Amino acid sequence: MDIFDIPPAPSPVSGGGGLGVVKIGRAVGLAVRSLWLHKLRSLLSVLGIVIGTSSVIALMAFGEGSMKDALDDIKRQGATNIVVRSVKPPDDSAAAANTRSWVAAFGLDSRDIARFQAFGKAISMMVPMRVFPSEVRYLERVHNARMVATVPEYADVNKLPIARGRFLVSDDEVNRINNCVLGSATADKLFPFEDPIGRTVFCRGDKYLVVGVAADRMPTGGTGGSLAAEDYNNDLYIPLSTCNQYIGSKVSIRSAGSRSAEQVEISQVTMTVDAEVDTAAGRATVKAIGDQIKRLLERHHEKKDWAVTIPLDRLEDAERQQERFTSLLVLIASISLLVGGIGIMNIMLATVTERTREIGIRRALGAKQKDITAQFLVEATVQTTVGGLIGVVVGLVLVFVVPIAPAGLAWMADRALLAESAAWLRTIKLPATVNVPSIFLAVGVSVGVGVLFGWYPARRAAKLDPIEALRHTA
Amino acid sequence: MAAIVEVIDLFKDYFLEGHIPVNVLKGLNLSFDEGDFVALMGPSGSGKSTLMNILGCLDRPTAGQYLLNGGDVARMSDDRLSEIRSTYLGFIFQAYNLLPQYTVVENIELPLVYQGVRLDQKTKDRCVALAEMVGLGTRLDHRPLQLSGGQQQRVAIARSLVNDPHVILADEPTGNLDSRTSVEIMQMLRELNKAGKTIIMVTHENDIAAWARRVVRLRDGLVESDVRNDDHQPDLTAAH
Ligand SMILES: Nc1ncnc2c1ncn2[C@@H]1O[C@H](COP(=O)(O)OP(=O)(O)OP(=O)(O)O)[C@@H](O)[C@H]1O
Ligand SMILES: [Mg+2]
Repeated sequence: MDIFDIPPAPSPVSGGGGLGVVKIGRAVGLAVRSLWLHKLRSLLSVLGIVIGTSSVIALMAFGEGSMKDALDDIKRQGATNIVVRSVKPPDDSAAAANTRSWVAAFGLDSRDIARFQAFGKAISMMVPMRVFPSEVRYLERVHNARMVATVPEYADVNKLPIARGRFLVSDDEVNRINNCVLGSATADKLFPFEDPIGRTVFCRGDKYLVVGVAADRMPTGGTGGSLAAEDYNNDLYIPLSTCNQYIGSKVSIRSAGSRSAEQVEISQVTMTVDAEVDTAAGRATVKAIGDQIKRLLERHHEKKDWAVTIPLDRLEDAERQQERFTSLLVLIASISLLVGGIGIMNIMLATVTERTREIGIRRALGAKQKDITAQFLVEATVQTTVGGLIGVVVGLVLVFVVPIAPAGLAWMADRALLAESAAWLRTIKLPATVNVPSIFLAVGVSVGVGVLFGWYPARRAAKLDPIEALRHTA
Repeated sequence: MAAIVEVIDLFKDYFLEGHIPVNVLKGLNLSFDEGDFVALMGPSGSGKSTLMNILGCLDRPTAGQYLLNGGDVARMSDDRLSEIRSTYLGFIFQAYNLLPQYTVVENIELPLVYQGVRLDQKTKDRCVALAEMVGLGTRLDHRPLQLSGGQQQRVAIARSLVNDPHVILADEPTGNLDSRTSVEIMQMLRELNKAGKTIIMVTHENDIAAWARRVVRLRDGLVESDVRNDDHQPDLTAAH
């Protein structure tokens, strides 16, 4: 043994120690090693963090997904539209008795249309509709369709996609031509084998030439009770002018099993406001015009035989709901992160006690208080960060597994011959959209929780008296 | 020879339950020269460990001065004391005090970590060379629990040398070892002392103290006797 053969000691750095940028990597490595000694314990102690972050990721994704769903639905209806419909007034039976008539006449009429036209350029499109259930026939095939008499702009306003042929054009309207466009379900029913274009269908005693078929379309949701869910696929579209000429401007619709009938001149008017839906000003315009229309109708209609629906309201409802959901989520996340943080603090305090002697040794060998603080702070933070990352993975797995779970369960139910449950399961829709910022937020908050809740145990470790710590027997 | 460690009128009181004073060191005056090898002896409770803690900058005296290499350490900040420990002092403990999760080399390296030096191949080479010097060249990657007590104490000696300290402080370094291993450790310390290292060692055993050049006896917080030992050193060959 010869000490003179030993390479010289490096010259010490004055003010050394502490947590420099270069040292962080090393500190993290050491922390991982310490934690690796107690894998299960470390994992259990970050369970709160795992649950917190995974629920944020998953719930955020499902919230976003259903929001997107609602938005798509609203966009399908046209976000700057205002829909005015005729509705049966509540005191209808009394009114019918008073007029001693079996026919209840109510709703919008051509005078209302004229009033709406006073808005001029503010309303870029106005589409009146008359709707009556009608039997449509082709050869021996019959289909109960929803006959919609409307103008060519209908396709634009309702964002109706055409699969084949064309929609009604102004020529049809101006010249009152007996052309029609079929909804996809109507077309399927009447023409299961042949091409419908160019064929003639019978409806309400008249012949109509099929000029187009609409593409299959998702029905719009009917929330809020003001607008019934609409299934466009059952439709049969004819020009409004043609309808007025051949069917008449007043049509009585007898409801089945009742002796009364209803007479409505115009079932619905859809107006598109000239505004940008993405700007606050645009939204305000839509709302202002909606209010004016309501006041107009109130003034000119004795009975409340109309209803105004503004899809934008639903959009804002959905947004408000999203906000409520988000704050609930924040609450859940905060609680589980708080619990997680307390878990970390608890385990770190136990670790500090357990490793008191180690702390004493390190202090004797030259560790400063801040070295000890850094060591335990890094350890706590590494732990919560790993917990956060596990949470992200679990959350993402949930996001991808849960939406396909009903289908999987349905498949199993089918195998178990539970057709009903299978069918029910198949109706469950769980749209999910991964929110990327939420991932970063979750990991960032996990790091923060580690620093916050690791601080006290780390300071406690650093403040231990070196001598006492050295004397400590585990 | 210049005094490297000097205490002047050193007092240390402990306060039981916060107010009842226990006077442990009662005005010690001691001076240790550079390159000396001192054995501190005395009955249990005489204040040997208390003095060692102060000399090791782990504790502060209640009153008096402690000059380390000429500078007064007694009133320095906690951070500064840590720096002094990591740069000027080497510790050898009775209970070895190695970190169980670290390998031999990593344990030896530890004081350098807190010096803030860059841990590169050169420092690694030094740690390995020290491990080889204390006879653990084949056990570099072992963990303390895989080593015998004597081997662990050798690791501790290597660790106490890694920062090239001014003074090595050893509180009962052979207290947990059998006599044969104790002799091996003492040989090692004597070699270091011959190479110029200042060593201050606490021991209860006369035959261990006999390895030192100077024996200081404490009793009730005061120096009882202070003898130079240079003439009757045990024969090195006798141990083999
Ligand atoms: N933290 C403390 N609080 C109160 N009294 C203490 C404390 N540490 C030491 N003492 C007292 O100081 C006295 C000297 O203790 P010290 O550990 O220095 O003795 P020692 O000489 O090292 O004894 P031994 O040979 O048994 O190790 C003892 O009476 C002890 O009770
Ligand atoms: Mg003692």
